[in-house]
Amino acid sequence: MKLYLLFIVLLPFLGVLINGLLRNQLSKGLIGRIGSGVVIGSFILSILAFMEVRAGGSGVYKYFDFVNIGNLKIPFAFQIDQLSALFLLIVTGVGAVIHVYSTAYMHDENQDHFGRYFSYLNLFIFSMLMLVLADNLLVMYIGWEGVGICSYLLIGYWFKNTEFNKAASKAFIMNRIGDFAFLIAIFIIGGKIGSLSFSEIMTPAALAKLSYGEISAVALLLFFGATGKSAQIPLYTWLPDAMAGPTPVSALIHAATMVTAGVYMVARMNLMYSMVPEVLNVVAVVGLATALLAATIALKQNDIKKVLAYSTVSQLGFMFLALGSGAYIAAVFHVMTHAFFKALLFLGSGSVIHGLGGEQDIRKMGGLGKYMKTTDITFLIGCLAIAGFPLFSGFFSKDEILAAAWAHSPILWGIALFTALLTAIYMFRLYATTFKGRFRGTTEQESHLHESPKAITIPLIILAILSVIGGFVGIPAIMAEGAHGLQNFLSPVFAGSAPLLPAHEVSHSTEWILMGAATLVALIGIFYAWGKYAKNPDLEDARGFGKVLENKWYMDELYDTVVVTPYKKFGSFLKDVFDAKVVDGIVNGVGRLVKYGGRQMRWIQSGQIGSYVLLMVLSMLVIFVVQFFIRK
Amino acid sequence: MPINYYIVLALCLFTIGVVGVLTRRNAIVVFMSVELMLNSVNLLLVAFSKMHHAAKAATMASAGADGQIFVFFVMAVAAAEVSVGLAIIVMLYRNIHTVDINFLNRLKH
Amino acid sequence: MIALLLILVPLLGGLATFFLKKESEVRTWSLFVAVLTFIVAILGVSVLNAPEYLSFKADWMGDLGSTFSIKADAMGMMLCMLTAISFPIIFIGTWKTAYEKPQNFFALMLLAQAGMMGVFLAMDALVFYFFWELALIPMYFLSSQWGGARRIPVMFKFFVYTFIGSLLMLVGLIYIWSKNGGSFDIDAFYNSKLSVKEQMWLFWLLFAAFAVKMPIFPFHTWQPDTYEQAPTAVTAVLSAIMVKMGVLGLLRWLLPVLPVGSYVMGDNPSFLAMIGIVYASIIAFRQDDMKRLVAFSSIAHVGLMCIAAFSESKSGMQGIMIQMFSHGINILGLWVIIEIIERKFGTRKMSELGGVAQKAPALAIAFFVIMFATVSLPITNAFIGEYLMLNGIFNSTVTSYGVIYAVVASTGVILSVVYMFSMARKVFLGNTNELTVKGTDIDFPEKAVLGIILVIILVMGVYPQPFLNMMEGVSDSLLKASDIQHLILKK
Repeated sequence: MKLYLLFIVLLPFLGVLINGLLRNQLSKGLIGRIGSGVVIGSFILSILAFMEVRAGGSGVYKYFDFVNIGNLKIPFAFQIDQLSALFLLIVTGVGAVIHVYSTAYMHDENQDHFGRYFSYLNLFIFSMLMLVLADNLLVMYIGWEGVGICSYLLIGYWFKNTEFNKAASKAFIMNRIGDFAFLIAIFIIGGKIGSLSFSEIMTPAALAKLSYGEISAVALLLFFGATGKSAQIPLYTWLPDAMAGPTPVSALIHAATMVTAGVYMVARMNLMYSMVPEVLNVVAVVGLATALLAATIALKQNDIKKVLAYSTVSQLGFMFLALGSGAYIAAVFHVMTHAFFKALLFLGSGSVIHGLGGEQDIRKMGGLGKYMKTTDITFLIGCLAIAGFPLFSGFFSKDEILAAAWAHSPILWGIALFTALLTAIYMFRLYATTFKGRFRGTTEQESHLHESPKAITIPLIILAILSVIGGFVGIPAIMAEGAHGLQNFLSPVFAGSAPLLPAHEVSHSTEWILMGAATLVALIGIFYAWGKYAKNPDLEDARGFGKVLENKWYMDELYDTVVVTPYKKFGSFLKDVFDAKVVDGIVNGVGRLVKYGGRQMRWIQSGQIGSYVLLMVLSMLVIFVVQFFIRK
Repeated sequence: MPINYYIVLALCLFTIGVVGVLTRRNAIVVFMSVELMLNSVNLLLVAFSKMHHAAKAATMASAGADGQIFVFFVMAVAAAEVSVGLAIIVMLYRNIHTVDINFLNRLKH
Repeated sequence: MIALLLILVPLLGGLATFFLKKESEVRTWSLFVAVLTFIVAILGVSVLNAPEYLSFKADWMGDLGSTFSIKADAMGMMLCMLTAISFPIIFIGTWKTAYEKPQNFFALMLLAQAGMMGVFLAMDALVFYFFWELALIPMYFLSSQWGGARRIPVMFKFFVYTFIGSLLMLVGLIYIWSKNGGSFDIDAFYNSKLSVKEQMWLFWLLFAAFAVKMPIFPFHTWQPDTYEQAPTAVTAVLSAIMVKMGVLGLLRWLLPVLPVGSYVMGDNPSFLAMIGIVYASIIAFRQDDMKRLVAFSSIAHVGLMCIAAFSESKSGMQGIMIQMFSHGINILGLWVIIEIIERKFGTRKMSELGGVAQKAPALAIAFFVIMFATVSLPITNAFIGEYLMLNGIFNSTVTSYGVIYAVVASTGVILSVVYMFSMARKVFLGNTNELTVKGTDIDFPEKAVLGIILVIILVMGVYPQPFLNMMEGVSDSLLKASDIQHLILKK
């Protein structure tokens, strides 16, 4: 097992080295095969590891002392348990599919950029696996920052474009703001408990060393870190801009894996969060607010990837709502199903963009279903899954979240339900305007329309199948007692926090009603959007409130005026006025004072020998008088 | 002869020298005034040497010689000084055609 | 013996360089001397457990109670190693930069190296002061001879500024000397019996020299100008090594010598350094000249070391040890890259550059890795250092403001990304312009030099434990000597 884990992590790193260093020597086909091959290798090993965990093979494996300074020992160790095994599968599985997809999608790139792309992508998988397998907070932080930097590199992959580079920097800076809080939380834990290993700090005895306030502070700080990585209020604005990266990157990093790191981290630290219900409430409210805000923005976006990006933000909000309601398993469940259907949707949008030669504006699409059958059907499956159409994967996971929200507070449930309605509307608005109606692009584009190659459609089909059946690992108890496979599998991880959370028994009949309401809402949304956009796909220009939504509630502008511009102005002030005039002015002032003093004293040195001698004689006289007459 | 006469004479000579240095502008006169001061000191040295060692001189020929040797040193140095000083003054006169010391404040600039 | 060789090899080699004639001879010879010094340093590290090889004592000024006593403890050896690595790297990195009268340039460089080695090894306050000044003088001549257009006034300011600091330190050292029975020996200094009041004002005298050298806000204004005007090779020495003289002074000649003074006054420098971190980071973002940007980033990094020193914690101390080395290596890499860019394109202005990554991918890779280290990304060496230091500051038991220092200093982690990434964007990314379109990639020696730096960055970032083990003894003994608790017990 120890070697399995090491190779799961090292295989992608091997890919980084080969593709990064030999990218000019290898052929494109070979680069693609190596890049995908190492991830598929990791995936196979992950399956083996998963099997062992199912058979009860959880454990911590230490490789070497990372940092050991006496009172703080931080080993470089991996922890495999049910939670990390599941994430291993998601990361390497979805990752492998997307790598294969990339070989076709990025095929027009020239040789060394192709190699660069795959080495970045492999580096991302490597970092993500470190994050997931980490046994302690510091190793997790390595992965946590590592995925951030890969995200930076991949968003700015087309580095000739200044806007893309700015988006990349923005993403990393916002992530770093979150990481800053993460780091402080590590200091507190390291200082008070003297260890950073999850197995040692996530025990009631260890946490008892922290006061209630300290636990709350740590929990809040870590959650703030999660808002950066998982694009929650207030640090969510980078994710839509991150769509500057290639579409497979958006699918892998900004939908399926990296952005769920925050969810993973909170789930990993569930015991601590369960001890501080106030913080959990904050998590729930922030999650729900993000879900609602992003869903409203998604209603009026016209860029196919931007719609999906805001939908990702919104779905992540749902996950945090689940975490905040204490339904950790529901959150993890939603991470899994979301990874399937959102990767599918992004890859589908990539297929569309590929077919249209780079066009991303849905106002210039339409009627693509005729030309791209596979993409059309798989995309529809993805939309149904995310909208929560019964028996698709999203239905089960979202239903579980809604039930948990109801148990927590019916108000949360109400808003969440409304958000679910919006989800169905904007997804089917997207679907209808893209694939139905008539084509609204140029005739030249139309002549080139074609279905994408096999390397693109096969991943779509795989993910579509998973999006359909993925929910069946979590069939709710009311349908079949004990059939919630995921719950049974994951429950050991969350065993410690279960007694701490308030027990909410929801009767079976209530649960059926909740499920019915969710289904009804999904259907209403689907039919409303279908009715509005399928027949008449020409989107009108947004007016009034729609304008506000189209401009994302002017959040970017707000951040710009409140943070960015003042920061620049303040920087210029310090540089040009304070540092140059005040601080350096004082230093130069001292020098000038010496010079001035010298000028004032100069008259004594007249250069007249006579005056010097006179001065000398007078001084001698004074000394003489003082010596003999005054000093007795 | 009492020592006081020597002291008063030396004082007078010295004062004349100082006043000469302070008031005269001709470099050669200044120079002469400096010599006057040196000689007043020489006079004092010799006088004190004689006074302090008068008793011993009867038995020991070399008693008080150090003070007198000092005078020889001063005279030798003064001679050296004169030769260098006069040479400088001559050079000065050749360059600026004056020996007025008030023109010699070039170092200031 | 090895300690003496560390000083003598560059000293004699440097003096010999004055007499060489041909430029190629000068360069080869000075590189040879630098590599020889490096080999001596490797020998030194390999016998770190046998201190008898690493110390040397000779009569010097016996009447003053000063002996020429040098010894390489782990910290001194580590800094000597840094110096010894830096010079070959600088020489190779600037191999193609033309200097007038190269024999004088390289000779002075080697003399400066000898001086800095002496500072790191000195175990006698007068020897320490002697080398402290000896290192400064070649730096002054190097910069005022081969520097930029405004070099004369800038270097004058630099010299006067640091010299005033040094003289204040000298006054302090002499006062301590007079109080402990006329001995300049370091052990006598550690055991000097000074009253609390004396320690308090002596603290400021000694701190003045170190604060100027590091530099700590608000004593930093000489630094950006000097770094900008000095030739890049000299800037590299100034920032990679000379800055460490200040830190070493703090650790070896201030904290243990004046433990009570440091305890009482420590919050003042920490507070200044904390302001300096944020202040320098904000200003760095608004710079256009790459050298000035790096200069300000250095102020921020060194400020953190200063706070960590006064936090007097194990974690902070070990963090400083690793960070002194890491910061030297990383900033050296940045200077080499800036030097290469300036030589290729004739400018350091970021607004005039752009798209260099397209023309010089290898240079870009090197820059990005070094940049990641500068912003202390995990698995780079600087992360370990910064993490340990911040952790030490946060959990410090000596100061009651540790949490504030750590939180404010940690914002440097965010701000460093802001300025470094904007530099990367303006210089390396984006499209090429008419200036950069003709750019070429770096050649093999430059690749090798940058490759060495990258390897050090990654190896120390992934597996820092051997380094930490090596430094453990000296960290502990410094902490013990500066621990005021232990003094009270002794009384």
